[in-house]
Amino acid sequence: MEFLPLDRWIHFLSGITWIGLLYYFNFVQVPAMGAAAADKDGPGPAAIGKYIAPRALVWFRWAAVATWLSGVAYLGGDIGKAFALGLIEGGTKYHTTIGMGAWLGTIMLFNVWVLIWPNQKKVLGMVQASAEEIASAKRVALLASRTNTLLSIPLLMFMGAASHGMPF
Amino acid sequence: MNPLDSIAGTIIAGVVLTGILTLIISAIAPAT
Repeated sequence: MEFLPLDRWIHFLSGITWIGLLYYFNFVQVPAMGAAAADKDGPGPAAIGKYIAPRALVWFRWAAVATWLSGVAYLGGDIGKAFALGLIEGGTKYHTTIGMGAWLGTIMLFNVWVLIWPNQKKVLGMVQASAEEIASAKRVALLASRTNTLLSIPLLMFMGAASHGMPF
Repeated sequence: MNPLDSIAGTIIAGVVLTGILTLIISAIAPAT
């Protein structure tokens, strides 16, 4: 019987942690922050920003790294063929499919560390920023986070399809 | 309006992108 490689298991665990928190930010925290800010008689969004968001961001950004590294480990010698989408010597349909997932995941990792995290630090007051910089940082972080949510939809399909076949 | 401003728009854009990338994959993938 074929066994589950350890790096693939770690890839699942860290990937679920990463994308689960991505969905938490997009589907729960961002709308909740908006609702809390609009509720003038309520407790406001400060506690979410102070106690929840920083912790969620720690797991989020490091799970992204763990997911990418375990993905690289799992691909091993196939990594070149995957990133070439199977279009080089020895490439197969598997490489095209998993490669599309690998490209999407790599773009998403870039978004996390280059666009989301530096801008979230400004939004959450972890680094000094003017009111205009914070407003701009909020917009960039939101769009990058929404872009990753968008990209996660084909990403998960291609990752699964590489081993199980395309659903259509 | 930017579709990324709403969750529904984001999901619809993700599904559309999945379709486009699937067509590309089908066209370029080696036969085996």
